[in-house]
Amino acid sequence: MIIQFICRAILLGVPLLYGSTGEIVTEKSGHLNLGIPGIMYVGAISGVVGSFLYENSCGNDIANMSPLLAVLIPLLCAIVGATLMGLIYSFLTVTLHANQNVTGLALTTLGIGLGNFLGASLINITKSELPSIALTKTSSFFAAKLPFADKLGWFGDLFLSHDFLTYFAIIIAIVVSFVLNRTRVGLNLRSVGENPATADAAGINVTKYKYVATCIGSAIAGLGGLQYVMAYANGVWSNNAFGDRGWMAIALVIFALWKPSVAILGSFLFGALCNANNYIQGLGTETQELFKMLPYVVTIVVLIITSMRKKREHQPPQSLGLAYFREER
Amino acid sequence: MAKQPAIELKNITKVFGKVVANKDVNLTAYRGEILSILGENGSGKTTLMNMISGIYFPDEGQIFIDGQEAVITSPKDAFSYKIGMIHQHFKLVDVFSAAENIVLGLNEGKYNLNASAEKIKEISEQYGFELDPAKKIYTMSVSEKQTVEIIKVLYRGADILILDEPTAVLTPQETEKLFNILRRMRDDGKCIIIITHKLHEVLSLSDRVSVLRKGEYVGTVETAKTSEAELTEMMVGKKVSLNIDRSEPENVQDRLVIEDLECINREGVKILDDITFTARSGEILGIAGIAGSGQRELLEAIAGLQQVQYGEIIYNDPKTGEKEDLRNKTPMQIRELGVRLSFVPEDRLGMGLVGNMDIVDNMMLRSYRKGKSMFLERKAPKDLAMHIIDDLEVVTPGATTPVRRLSGGNVQKVLVGREIAASPTVLMAAYPVRGLDINSSYLIYNLLNEQKKKGVAVIFVGEDLDVLTELCDRIMVIGSGRITGIVDGRTTTKEEIGLLMTKSKQQGDDCNG
Repeated sequence: MIIQFICRAILLGVPLLYGSTGEIVTEKSGHLNLGIPGIMYVGAISGVVGSFLYENSCGNDIANMSPLLAVLIPLLCAIVGATLMGLIYSFLTVTLHANQNVTGLALTTLGIGLGNFLGASLINITKSELPSIALTKTSSFFAAKLPFADKLGWFGDLFLSHDFLTYFAIIIAIVVSFVLNRTRVGLNLRSVGENPATADAAGINVTKYKYVATCIGSAIAGLGGLQYVMAYANGVWSNNAFGDRGWMAIALVIFALWKPSVAILGSFLFGALCNANNYIQGLGTETQELFKMLPYVVTIVVLIITSMRKKREHQPPQSLGLAYFREER
Repeated sequence: MAKQPAIELKNITKVFGKVVANKDVNLTAYRGEILSILGENGSGKTTLMNMISGIYFPDEGQIFIDGQEAVITSPKDAFSYKIGMIHQHFKLVDVFSAAENIVLGLNEGKYNLNASAEKIKEISEQYGFELDPAKKIYTMSVSEKQTVEIIKVLYRGADILILDEPTAVLTPQETEKLFNILRRMRDDGKCIIIITHKLHEVLSLSDRVSVLRKGEYVGTVETAKTSEAELTEMMVGKKVSLNIDRSEPENVQDRLVIEDLECINREGVKILDDITFTARSGEILGIAGIAGSGQRELLEAIAGLQQVQYGEIIYNDPKTGEKEDLRNKTPMQIRELGVRLSFVPEDRLGMGLVGNMDIVDNMMLRSYRKGKSMFLERKAPKDLAMHIIDDLEVVTPGATTPVRRLSGGNVQKVLVGREIAASPTVLMAAYPVRGLDINSSYLIYNLLNEQKKKGVAVIFVGEDLDVLTELCDRIMVIGSGRITGIVDGRTTTKEEIGLLMTKSKQQGDDCNG
């Protein structure tokens, strides 16, 4: 029971981990990307469209499908879709100096609208009875467990039973953490987010760093959307099922104090909090809804504590949300 | 040993729009010497040095480094010529450690902060710095931050160092320490250029002094063969007659009496100390001083915008004859008391006017509380706006044009016009003619003179000594937050004011007037 609860929490937490790792990379370059919910949504639908086309081209027969292509095609589609969204965001905010909050919110609206449009179109093509598309064959490749997972009891369940995108999320978070703190590129990126004028004077290409960080961050976030559809939802896409996971990912960035390593554990905690209502007996529907706000309550508590402690390392990048004009140095 | 010229400037000219920042400047700095660049505010010292360090590119002229012509278009180019500039405003990332800041942007192979820290320690020992490479910038004092900046350029191998007013933020002890380090670097064969306007520092530190005045190169003298008087004369130049009207003060009464005023700024540094003076009605009191000597804080303290640590600001109300203490009152309280202070801040658009609002709305910033109904009274401000546009010849498409779109001179006219319209008894104006053309400047001078004739006590903070000596009845000089002298505007000379401006703290105790 406890093992099952933890596994469920991890499964729920992984999309958040992708989203917040991506957002951390972006925010470290000084850009508050509120388009993350839309970008994750686009990542998800791009993957769905990719695998839908591949499944159809194989005649809907799992025997004809190559496991490698079945995984790679949705993966690439999700990355490309999300990166394009990131490009729109960086072009507007870096090159045109548009307001970051407005741009981000607009992208969220655009992303969700685009996702719903494509989703509804696919449902229409399949002439399905239900308002959803099932890509269970592709999903079976995504959800493949590691060998021995079933044979090692609780250990196997806890550590080996997850889909590969879960391990990938943790690896990405660790790699991002390493790059940010232990490499020259990370130092340069952090300086761009803290004080772009200083970075510029030190000969760092501020615009390049902002673009690349935003696009890579978006690509990572897009994978979160894909993981949700393929692993959590077993390949079943229905419009708006993704819910408010994107916003939770942004809340997780604050909770994790802009540290990807903290975000790993934070995402599992958020997953557990989201899911706790299903494991507590005798809750009414209205109390269940109250439980769903726990991740946000925790985030607010963290915000209050860090604001009171005033430790500079726990604050957001100093120039977060500010456009950088070179002429003003 | 014959000295090697490290850097030579030939006929350097730089123009910003219509303003000539540097004109035909020739300058040579040698290895193993400290060269001071001396000049008043706006004489083009920083612009000139920014051209050497790659922030600006000269419009005309050539730069030679070690005898070879050099083209410096970016800070990176400057580094490749081993030129390092320490700016007045530090370029550091607050949450990074000293070492992280020092290696930022470098590409020297493997990223290893421990190895960098070792190298930083070597440099520190060589020149006598004290610095912990792991210390975070935000926990550092100003002087430590400066140390980081200096080591940053040394770490990159710079052997021509340019320091832009390095002592402005330092205590006397820290200054002495810095000078010792600079002397060691000179003995090590480096070329040091230091921008300053403090005469005693020039004399104690540098080998040679080059003087700039209003963007032009005046000359270079050897420090050992010069004197404060000679340098001051080179700095301020010959008197230029401006023919500004100046009437005799009439009906003079003490309006503002300030005693022992002391203020501390946000960083906890004492910015005003022991300020005692009287502003009289029907008189223009000029305030002269190097920028940042406390002029702004003084005006803000009187206007109620700056916390006063100690001292008194007594206002003699001309209507009731009562004395009011303005100390630590909010601007609103000062108004409610019937004390009328009109304040023209240095930063026209930042504190005086709202750029995106039109002239009428900006007038309403002063009057919006006056109406009796729940709706805003728009008629009076609109009349006032039209009145100002007509009287002061403001060039604008109309009263509803956002102020931001007007030229600097017209913005200033709107601001001064509004402040004068409140019929003040004390009018304080900080740099009201900065950036204005000659005609607009005269218009402002005439406005101030009119106010003086009406019996207003005018306080005028200016930077052009010619204007100060022709417009003001008395001139108060501040240096480093202290009054270094109060002189009669009719009998004083530019040299006298120039000397008072650059006086060091210990000397500044004789106040007359």
